[in-house]
Amino acid sequence: MKLTTIICAAAFAAGAANAADVVAPSDASFTEYGEIEQSLTGVPGNPEEGMKVAIDKGLGNCVACHKIAQLPDVPFHGEVGPELSWTGEVRSEAELRGILANAKMMFPDTVMPAFYKTSGFIRPGNGYTGKAAEGDIEPILSAQQIEDVVAFLMTLKES
Amino acid sequence: MNFKALTATIALIAAAPVVALAGGADDDTLVLNGEVEMTTKAAAPAHMADTYVDEIISGWHFRADETQALQMDDFENQGMIFVDDGLATWETVEGSEGKSCASCHESPDSMKGVAATYPKWNEDAGELRTVQMQMNDCRVNRMGAAPWKYDAKVAINVEAMIASQSRGMPVDVQIDGPVKAAWEQGKELYYTRTGILELSCASCHEENYGNYIRADHLSQGQINGFPTYRLKNAKLNGVHSRFKGCVRDTRAETYSPGSEEFIALELYVKSRGNGLSVEGPSVRN
Repeated sequence: MKLTTIICAAAFAAGAANAADVVAPSDASFTEYGEIEQSLTGVPGNPEEGMKVAIDKGLGNCVACHKIAQLPDVPFHGEVGPELSWTGEVRSEAELRGILANAKMMFPDTVMPAFYKTSGFIRPGNGYTGKAAEGDIEPILSAQQIEDVVAFLMTLKES
Repeated sequence: MNFKALTATIALIAAAPVVALAGGADDDTLVLNGEVEMTTKAAAPAHMADTYVDEIISGWHFRADETQALQMDDFENQGMIFVDDGLATWETVEGSEGKSCASCHESPDSMKGVAATYPKWNEDAGELRTVQMQMNDCRVNRMGAAPWKYDAKVAINVEAMIASQSRGMPVDVQIDGPVKAAWEQGKELYYTRTGILELSCASCHEENYGNYIRADHLSQGQINGFPTYRLKNAKLNGVHSRFKGCVRDTRAETYSPGSEEFIALELYVKSRGNGLSVEGPSVRN
């Protein structure tokens, strides 16, 4: 009940974000270290929503590659990327926002997909159909979903 | 050192290639029918010297014991049922010339060694050919029969029957001479990061073999075991269809089975297994 209330409140808050305030993928401003200092929406991220994005195979699917010890009920955490269980202690929001949006700005050779990017792809497809993409390419996550995942990751602490 | 400089230093360390854990592949031994010991690990071929893979490993080592066991006994290997189907097709007369495969090639063991050396240059045709392309050439030009669609079930079954004749023989495809250009094209494709997820073959199968990605244990993506019987779809699977599935999963526009690109990629990926035993039909998840 409490969780539902929080989620509903978050949905309302997210819905209140003015579209004009959302930073488009092509307008996201990275620092020389690959951080994005400014919020993409101006609406604070919701960690509960961010957790859902992190474990959803069709959205962030962070656990496909990263272990998150705080989510023991989610099966099959991957080993491809670093463990995230203490991310909130070692990373800033700006770093996490930049890594999520396009990790290659910080780690040029990383295999991590860019979750807030809409151009520069080779043979972009239409979802998982194997067919060519049609029209404008949507980022994998929305601006608010990025903010929500940043908020969730900031809660991950060892102690 | 300020925080940003520290962060940048960490970034540099983290950006170094992640070498796959040696513990990713198991140490079991693949003995076929209690008789033929297969080479499932070998020194990487010379052309892979510019990678950080020094040992090539069959996908068999990345599977669970129960799955491994299915491939060790032909009575347990469901792929062998399809090999029997392929054998029946081998002996079936089709087309205007009143011939079957067996009319010219006689016993299937005449195919011994084929799977180990294909894709292979065909001098007369002046092209690189996969086993399926060669089979279709026979069908059209010798049998007067219609070609099979690429990776059609009947084609895969015959290909598996042919592969089974070479089990235990080392993969040894040529990569130079007339096939050099195709091999280079295949290598280029192997390292090209495609799709919305921007992943190449190498992202998973070179940089991360041995690691789990969600519930999938990443192998080196070797194709010495193709056609492969997958528990997932309970049939034999062709190399090109598998490539297509992988490319699709990068959220990319795929190439088609039988395309020039996948023929080139098959040659390149097969050459990364030069030295491993032919296992087709293998059993995988």
